[in-house]
Amino acid sequence: MAHILLRDLDIPDIWQFDTYVANGGYEGLKQAIGNHTPAEVIQIVLDANLRGRGGAGFPTGRKWSFIPQNEAVKYVVVNADESEPGTFKDRQLLEKNPHQVIEGAMIAAYAIQATAVYIYCRGEFWDLAHALEERIEEARQANLVGENVLGSGWNCPMFVHLGAGAYICGEESALLNSLQGLLGQPRVRPPFPAQKGGGLYYEPTVVNNVETLANVPWILVNGADAFKQIGTSESPGPKIFCMSGHIARPGNYELPLGITFRELIFEHAGGIPNGKQLKGILPSGASGPVLRATDEVLDSPLTYESVAKLGSTLGSASFILMDEDTDMVWAAAKMAHFFKHESCGKCTPCREGTYWLERIYERMMRGEGTEHDLHLLNSVPRQMVGVVLCALGDFAANPVLSTLKNFPDEYERYIRQRPVREQTADTLQDYARKEAGEHPAAVGEGGL
Amino acid sequence: MLAEKYADRIQKIFAKYPDRRSGIMDLLYLAQEEYGWLTEQALEEVAALCDVDPTQAHSIAGFYTMYSEKPKGKYWLQVCTDLPCALRGADDFYAALCEFLGVEDGGTTEDGLFTVEQVMCLAACDKAPMLQCNFHYHENLDMEKMKAQIEQWRAEAAQPEQPEDERP
Repeated sequence: MAHILLRDLDIPDIWQFDTYVANGGYEGLKQAIGNHTPAEVIQIVLDANLRGRGGAGFPTGRKWSFIPQNEAVKYVVVNADESEPGTFKDRQLLEKNPHQVIEGAMIAAYAIQATAVYIYCRGEFWDLAHALEERIEEARQANLVGENVLGSGWNCPMFVHLGAGAYICGEESALLNSLQGLLGQPRVRPPFPAQKGGGLYYEPTVVNNVETLANVPWILVNGADAFKQIGTSESPGPKIFCMSGHIARPGNYELPLGITFRELIFEHAGGIPNGKQLKGILPSGASGPVLRATDEVLDSPLTYESVAKLGSTLGSASFILMDEDTDMVWAAAKMAHFFKHESCGKCTPCREGTYWLERIYERMMRGEGTEHDLHLLNSVPRQMVGVVLCALGDFAANPVLSTLKNFPDEYERYIRQRPVREQTADTLQDYARKEAGEHPAAVGEGGL
Repeated sequence: MLAEKYADRIQKIFAKYPDRRSGIMDLLYLAQEEYGWLTEQALEEVAALCDVDPTQAHSIAGFYTMYSEKPKGKYWLQVCTDLPCALRGADDFYAALCEFLGVEDGGTTEDGLFTVEQVMCLAACDKAPMLQCNFHYHENLDMEKMKAQIEQWRAEAAQPEQPEDERP
């Protein structure tokens, strides 16, 4: 079947304006503006049950429907701050099929009658973002973006904003702050971005992921029913699966939601290289819980609901695969390091929690882990979940708690390597330092 | 001064936003391009242009990894060593690169040509090991390719009249 999203795989130069138009490009926007009211466009996307592809899976049409109609200034912000380890789908879309994202964003903008669109690209997409500005200019010259779009009397310019390297800016309220020139830290909600006071420049704003918007033109042209023919009833449509780590053919795969883990990993992506067995699966990058590759997991369908039932999340469908030789404690340490680096520092439990988790893992990696560290690894993440402003605190807890749960034997090995006598000596020394009134950071070296 | 030298570009940046403050990120890039790194003067100029306190410009500059408040080598190599890349050998690649250039993690070569750092995920996990040099991606690397690339950069840097610095 021809691709709906990764159309560059069928038509390599689809990134060019003329090629895109010659292959039905901008038909969706033309139909939206020519044949439908904004409210009808929202209804079509609601009927299609398109769910956000950035990670949360929230119904896109509902998000749009929250925007108040009677506000003078409204925005669409495209989240292209793709930074989740293991995720590289939006990059391919923006590089290889950019006009489809521009078109999808303009349809969203028409649906909420936005006054401007901003595409927030992560700073590392430097080359891509500058090329994207040229693509937007092509669309503007064809009257598809900008003033009096397609003669409708509606004005909507589109701009690219470059980030500068911060994972947290993929979180929508931090992204909005970053765009406003403030520190990229999350906001207190409510008000939510869709509400007055919560969005970009505190005006009602829709924030959508790149891949989500890339689905929209197809839905407008082919209808909600056709979209629901793909995938499952609860999770309809195509999805891009990013395959990385220990996999024979890494890359992006566009497939209907509802295929199984096994089909995705072994049939499409070529299985695990070097004749190794698959051990661990991260289905949603570093931020979702890691799964043990059991038959139960491998035969499960890939939908938002079924992956949740397995105790993980489908998220942005960024699969990081780990073979039998992978040290899962090391993998968790890598992720702990990532979240420590990326915690924005605003909420104490996340700022301090990620710091301590990284320290504990560093200790384990040096072969100095103790029984007490296992206790801390169970306890610290639980004090981060649900008590912070955004999901990063929860994300940081996931790799720790899920590796402890699914691979306890590997942690045991780390602890058992060391004689108990040495561990006890360390602990006693710590208490002595504590008694001596030394700074707690120094005490932390051996166990808190 | 940025304001005089780049009046047109600055005007274009501010035209994108209803609030001058939003221009700060683009202006920090511009200042970095002009001065090589974000010097005290650069930050003060950017702050004045955006009508914020220099402290706020400092806080933005410090928050993101693509701004530098210290001088870097002519070629600023940021290697992703996050989990997906590490599963494909990025840690070993990074260690070999440091050894080849004779620098520690985060260090700059004595000739001032290369700074090497580890960075977080760059959305190129399927093409690991990879790095960005002055914001441009180099993917599917191994040390053999890297050595050839480094030779090319060295040759480029040795040219008296450099065609174009890779720094954007």
